[in-house]
Amino acid sequence: MDSQAIATLPEHDQPAHEHPEYVRHHFANAEQQRETANFGMWLFLLTEIMFFSGMFAAYLIYRNWYYPAFVAGSHYMIIWAGTLNTAVLICSSFTMAMGVYSAEMRNRKALLRWLTLTLLLGFVFLGIKAYEWHAEWVEQHVPGLNFSIEDFTHINPQYPDDRPLSPDMAEKTQVYFSLYFAMTGMHALHMCIGCGILIILLFQAWGGAYTNGHMNTIENFGLYWHFVDIVWIFLFPLLYLISRHQ
Amino acid sequence: MSTIVSLPDQSTATLPKRTYINNEYGLKSWLLTGDHKRIAILYLISITFFFFIGGAMAGLIRLELLTPQTDLVAADTYNKLFTMHGIIMIFLFLVPSVPATIGNFLIPIMVGAKDLAFPKINLLSWYLYIVGGGLVLAALICGGVDTGWTFTTPLSTHYLNTHVITAGMAIFVAGFSSIFTGLNFIVTIHRMRAPGMTWFRLPLFVWSHYAASILMVLGTPVLAITLVLVILERTIGIGVFDPTKGGDPLLFQHLFWFYSHPAVYIMILPGMGVISEVISTFSRKRVFGYTAVAFSSVAIAVFGFFVWAHHMFIMGVSNYSALVFSLLTMLVAVPSAIKIFNWAATLYKGSITFETPMLYAFGFMGLFTIGGLTGVFLGSLGMDIHLTETYFVVAHFHFVMVGGMLMAFLAGVHFWWPKMTGRMYPEGLSKLAAGTTFIGFILTFFPQFIVGYLGMPRRYAAYPPEFQVLNVLSTAGASVLGIGYLLPILYLTWSLKYGKIAGNNPWQATGLEWQIQSPPLTENFVETPVVDYEAYDYEWLANKTKHEVQTVG
Repeated sequence: MDSQAIATLPEHDQPAHEHPEYVRHHFANAEQQRETANFGMWLFLLTEIMFFSGMFAAYLIYRNWYYPAFVAGSHYMIIWAGTLNTAVLICSSFTMAMGVYSAEMRNRKALLRWLTLTLLLGFVFLGIKAYEWHAEWVEQHVPGLNFSIEDFTHINPQYPDDRPLSPDMAEKTQVYFSLYFAMTGMHALHMCIGCGILIILLFQAWGGAYTNGHMNTIENFGLYWHFVDIVWIFLFPLLYLISRHQ
Repeated sequence: MSTIVSLPDQSTATLPKRTYINNEYGLKSWLLTGDHKRIAILYLISITFFFFIGGAMAGLIRLELLTPQTDLVAADTYNKLFTMHGIIMIFLFLVPSVPATIGNFLIPIMVGAKDLAFPKINLLSWYLYIVGGGLVLAALICGGVDTGWTFTTPLSTHYLNTHVITAGMAIFVAGFSSIFTGLNFIVTIHRMRAPGMTWFRLPLFVWSHYAASILMVLGTPVLAITLVLVILERTIGIGVFDPTKGGDPLLFQHLFWFYSHPAVYIMILPGMGVISEVISTFSRKRVFGYTAVAFSSVAIAVFGFFVWAHHMFIMGVSNYSALVFSLLTMLVAVPSAIKIFNWAATLYKGSITFETPMLYAFGFMGLFTIGGLTGVFLGSLGMDIHLTETYFVVAHFHFVMVGGMLMAFLAGVHFWWPKMTGRMYPEGLSKLAAGTTFIGFILTFFPQFIVGYLGMPRRYAAYPPEFQVLNVLSTAGASVLGIGYLLPILYLTWSLKYGKIAGNNPWQATGLEWQIQSPPLTENFVETPVVDYEAYDYEWLANKTKHEVQTVG
């Protein structure tokens, strides 16, 4: 490398290798580019895990401290909405995976179809989530903005065997709902960002991108989409199910 | 054994015709660049800007503390001054200082790559930094923040009427800039190494950046979500940290320090990488115990995640956890000491020369050792109860951050200045600056150990008159230190045009970056290098130099 390492002449402009157009100049070949992008995406998902883990840690601690408040709070979750949303997200993961598969098969029409379906399922999820948030607003379960401990100091009609909480413990349900809104809110924000990116990808795929053998972006976006689903797979049992029958 | 390499005659050297600087012209070619070297320069300019804003605040703080009364600024202005000083210096200067400038410039070259793995994300991280910096400036201009840089709840969420939200968002955004930098480094080091560049042929600079990047990637998101919760608590009033709703302010402390303790290693580790390079080059010797130094970086990163509660000994954590955290804190001293001892062993029997970067490196070794050892004082439980929240703590972390990291940053800037710009800085003036910085630093911060031990609390604008002598010393030192920092700005700018032309390898160093032209080409290497020699192999360099036809120009 000794002598070549010093550029003495201005006129060596020929590219070193024959690159396909989509390989960026600083990669040796498409394989290296793919591996690099993939590794970067996994690392990014790791940072996302750390981002959510702050809230999961808080949930774990407060659940231990204010167990009755967390049970009472979760009794006000709309179980059918949560279940439906879980189903919607799992389906969207399937359609996303099919999208990646069709990109791999270089099938533009199928890619467009599956991505559109994924996008629609994403919107359905956000719609149902918005419906739930609205219901919680109406029931005065939004800490800080619109909260009342009324519901928790009286017997919940759906759980007639439960004893109502003491006013002190009823105040603590605000921690449950704070975490509920923070966690589902952050998750929904990730869904929104995902849908935004998906719209861009759709436009690009419509123009013929990602079905020419270069599909890193679709693959990595798929990883992101699955990650956001998995976060929900943890949120659903923690917030809705775990104290359902206690 | 050290190998003596005689400096080649550089007097006939001229600047190369084509470099990354003259590859394209115009503001747009800089603001939309994907070139890691140009982004490094953008970072260098912006962090210098924020360093001087933060420095001006430090100056005002020291002037206020010249007298025991609150006479220069009102007490609440003083609170804002030290808060903004902390926020700017930590998040806008120290965290990106070495990694985003020198690291950005050198890591791809050191591993033998044409660029970082994700050039666009690299540029995005600079823009995020600028947005974060802009928000900090906005908070400053609108009236400042007075929470202290730690955003302690419920003070920050309920009791203060200052621009906490703006500052919180600033740090959130700047945090993502740091995450993306770390992510880019890790991926680059894993996937972009040149043929033959094995892990144990990497320069220690790369190892220390790898360790710091792990901390950036795993720690910063936790700070981000913590700040989001603080902002939500302040705007909407959710109750995660609010005791009136059942939240626990101590949880905020845990989450905050889970990032902010590793953050001090984010700040110091890249500096340690610079010191390894400088010490080896100017001793003409392979770094003693290469593997130990490499793994000690990783060890610092790993231990760094398990010591955070030592910031909270007086906050009501349980005695048992305080004991465990105290013990773990002592453990961090081990890898740090490994580094110091190995550098000292590298110097032993080396052919030492005293160029400016080496002077700064010596400054680092002395000051960091003092800073680190006083950290052990603070990590031991009984001592910490006495010293916490006093000027002893202030002196301790300034020894590590300013005495350590800033010295390392300046060492690195001087060391790689010829590579970045193609020109030498003036040697005499820069030695003067290194000396001035060292003397000014000791004068500023050593008295603070004493005044802290005597019991002067931090974060107050006024103090009992018996502490005045030590405070006057400290303020006098700060003025000397200020001159020490202004000098490099002046002569480095001067050298851009009038400095001697450096040539490829003015220091006769072994790194890949020194085997290419200075300043480098946009694509760094004409041909992908094949690495068939170990790091710091001065024999190899001597052989190579013997057979090489100097073709600069």
